[in-house]
Amino acid sequence: MPQFLLELFSEEIPARMQKRAAEDLKKLLMDALTKAGFLPGGMETFSAPRRLVAVVEGLPERTADVREERKGPKVDAPAQAIEGFLRGAGLADIAQARVVSDPKKGDFYVADLVKPGRATPDALADIVPDIIRNFPWPKSMRWGEGTLRWVRPLHRILAVFDGEIVPFDVDGIASCNISEGHRFHGTGTFEVKDFEDYEAKLAAAHVVLDRDQRKAQIKADAQTLCHARNLELIDDEGLLEEVCGLVDEPHVIMGDMDPSFLDLPPEVIRLTLRVNQKYFVVRDPKTGGLAPHFIIVSNVKATDGGKKIALGNARVLAARLNDARYFWDLDRKASLESRVPKLDTLVFHEKLGSVGDKVRRIVALAGEIAPLVGADVASAKHAALLAKADLTTEMVGEFPELQGVMGRYYQLQQGGSEASNKIIADAIRDHYKPVGPSDQVPSESVAMAVALADKLDTLTGFFAIDEKPTGSGDPYALRRAALGVIRIVREAGVRFALAEKAKANGLLDFILERLRVSLRDEGFAPDVLEAAFAIPDDDIVRIVARVTALAKVLKTEDGANLVAGLKRGANILRAEEKKDGAVPEGTVSDALLREPAEQGLYQALVAAESQMEQALATEAFDTAMAALAALRAPVDLFFETVLVNDADAAIRQNRLALLVKLRAVSERVADFSKLAGG
Amino acid sequence: MRPRLLQAGPLALYAQIVMTQFNAPQAAPRETPCSRALAAGKVPSFQDIILTLSDYWARQGCVILQPYDTEVGAGTLHPATTLRALGPKPWRAAYVQPSRRPKDGRYGENPNRLGHYYQYQVILKPNPPNLQELYLNSLYEIGIDPTLHDIRFVEDDWENPTVGAWGLGWEIWCDGMEVSQFTYFQQVGGLDCKPVSGELTYGLERLAMYVQGVESIYNIDFNGHGVSYGDVFLENERQQSTFNFEESDPAMLKRWFEDAERMCTHLRDKRLPLPAFDWALKCSHLFNLLDARGVVSPTERQSFIARVRDQAKGCAVLWAETQAPAQEEVV
Repeated sequence: MPQFLLELFSEEIPARMQKRAAEDLKKLLMDALTKAGFLPGGMETFSAPRRLVAVVEGLPERTADVREERKGPKVDAPAQAIEGFLRGAGLADIAQARVVSDPKKGDFYVADLVKPGRATPDALADIVPDIIRNFPWPKSMRWGEGTLRWVRPLHRILAVFDGEIVPFDVDGIASCNISEGHRFHGTGTFEVKDFEDYEAKLAAAHVVLDRDQRKAQIKADAQTLCHARNLELIDDEGLLEEVCGLVDEPHVIMGDMDPSFLDLPPEVIRLTLRVNQKYFVVRDPKTGGLAPHFIIVSNVKATDGGKKIALGNARVLAARLNDARYFWDLDRKASLESRVPKLDTLVFHEKLGSVGDKVRRIVALAGEIAPLVGADVASAKHAALLAKADLTTEMVGEFPELQGVMGRYYQLQQGGSEASNKIIADAIRDHYKPVGPSDQVPSESVAMAVALADKLDTLTGFFAIDEKPTGSGDPYALRRAALGVIRIVREAGVRFALAEKAKANGLLDFILERLRVSLRDEGFAPDVLEAAFAIPDDDIVRIVARVTALAKVLKTEDGANLVAGLKRGANILRAEEKKDGAVPEGTVSDALLREPAEQGLYQALVAAESQMEQALATEAFDTAMAALAALRAPVDLFFETVLVNDADAAIRQNRLALLVKLRAVSERVADFSKLAGG
Repeated sequence: MRPRLLQAGPLALYAQIVMTQFNAPQAAPRETPCSRALAAGKVPSFQDIILTLSDYWARQGCVILQPYDTEVGAGTLHPATTLRALGPKPWRAAYVQPSRRPKDGRYGENPNRLGHYYQYQVILKPNPPNLQELYLNSLYEIGIDPTLHDIRFVEDDWENPTVGAWGLGWEIWCDGMEVSQFTYFQQVGGLDCKPVSGELTYGLERLAMYVQGVESIYNIDFNGHGVSYGDVFLENERQQSTFNFEESDPAMLKRWFEDAERMCTHLRDKRLPLPAFDWALKCSHLFNLLDARGVVSPTERQSFIARVRDQAKGCAVLWAETQAPAQEEVV
């Protein structure tokens, strides 16, 4: 079956948009073809710096005819109605319609309409211009005197179906069967028959169409270059994605840098190489540190083997690293402490004051939190005071990603080599942690105190001014801050009443909801979480212990079966509450317990209650849950042999009181009515 | 296997034209100051580059202008670009523009940063379809050989909020060095550019450092006869940095800002966009001086920028009205 090949040839498409554009093209084309009645046999799309390409296999030469029955008026309808019907259905004479008899409606006309299928090129000539005009580029532009919008000027549209040009025109760009290759290595334009022909001619003209192939080639060539010099390539998927969008045909070259630059913090070197220059970084396996080399991915296969390119890039890099060294030297002239007052001129948020204001709040909060995490109060306050000072340094101005990292270096340089200063310096770096789900939480208590203080302050501030995350946006990364608090508290086992530190309206619920979501992601069943979270609590560690113990006991036979008994009891009580509006609150009367099973349950309940009391006092939730699970046999026996609804009202009331006690005891650890099953 | 296309038809002709343009560089079509220097085994001097670019863009039909005589932070702010980008009339111009960025001054101590430097600015309205090729040819003419160097178009969207202008384009990398900016103007003064102008900005010092292979701006060979960039500008950088950072009088600058702002408003009221724009540029420069002096608080900063923007946008809108077409002529 015939094939359709489309190439949209433009000036250089931003690298970050290419992958998505190929996906969008695939979706739009597939949707449009399907809507037009095609069932494409297969489709592939590609993106390279100057082109978006789609190839669709297995298209028919025309779409199928569409048949439609159109009901008309009754045979005895007025002439006007019949004329209208003929006009609407496009019939010349009523004889072209057939007559259908319906027992209820009588005889009426029906027209059999056939919408003939269309030649595929005609359909494509409608579909493609429409896609071009409505393509969802993140940003698009006009050029010259035209009004068409594309990501950058669109020069040519190659549209070939079954070897022939699909004729159409988009704002003066006529479709064609012409393409061209590499900007510098290509040899002009060429004509294209089909995809196979296209791919081969492109390859000959130095364009590797498939982005995965470009990526694989870059990686393999870079590794080969590194191996030859006993070096290791530091993988960087993000950078690989980007550079493969900057080259039609990758040529990988190794450049050298002055080893004296290795005195700079490695983070600075890596960012300079990666962000500013888009070079890959190389490690020396002997030292474990960075090697004084870098990997360039060039778009050109230079006639001198890339020597000039390597030298040129090395010079640019040297200038960049000299800049970085200038910042590094300049920044180290002023202590972090001397920078703190400058933070008053940095706006944190219009309604939340300056960064200086924030720092004063964090200092106070870190002082309060320090004892809870076992940190020295003075150290925590000092680290909090300095935590943001590096925001005023030149280096962080240049590389905002290095906030904290640079503060640590500067503090290490200036604050002396004692262990106590290292703790402060580490805390300056680590108080931003964890920055994402894969990042670690701070391991040192001073860093923890500052990290918690910083995050709780951010959360409190934004909740106080009602800048809460919504379904669509979380511009201040408050979910991440809340998760950070939760992870630090859990991993360090920090005990405190969250309500006292999260006083802003709605904040406590927000953090607890994040806790519930993260526990669900860890595999706890939603109903188990519901049951455990029903017990009012604001101590994260205790909540997690309760959830864990509940999930564990529910896996035991006694635990699982007890749920059924507890629910049965709860249901009886609920029915009573509905009927009488209340259930007895009084205590169970020993004297009124007649049956052995109810006496047994009562004794077991009293015993379990006291065991749970003790266990809960030390937060031994497993023990408490076990004590509760031990009620399974007496509860089962009770429901098997005792009828709650006794004729004697006093006995009935007493039995209800027994169930109330059972419910009360179970609710010391969870609300079992929320559990599924049982 | 040569494509059949090249043998016949109008498209073949087009293809050959395009090809010729692509492959032109190796043999520069005519002698230029850069080609003469290269032929003599020397590197092109700073002024060779300027002269060659002017010669090249003159051949593309550009009006070769001289620098605007008011301090500006970038070549784009020359009225030949900012204002002429508006309205329907075709326009092609090229010029060198000294750009003053007081905050970037480093007392002549940083080999890569200057408080005063040169940009080579080109505007083609409407942009011709082969603007990329025209630009690449200009690089070839100043001696950059595309078979030896890695020239790349890297996404860079341009925005200048103070004149309500933005465009899409690239920064051009040559072996990892940004040597130019290439922008298709979409809006100026908040108004759509119709037609769209193509704007090129060459960083002349960078380009010269690159072509000459020197590590410091001050070592750039200025004239090919022993005068370096440092000979011409080092002392200027030192003294201007001292002025910008230490000796300027903030109270006076603020006063002047307010006077310039009033003048601009007055001239706009009188519907004189060209002189009004001069005073908007003065506001912008006075603000830059205040900013360099470190006396502008973040809140004030926002308000200063907004005031400059209102004036500059106002001028642009007024200019556009005077350009607007055809309606008046028809009436």
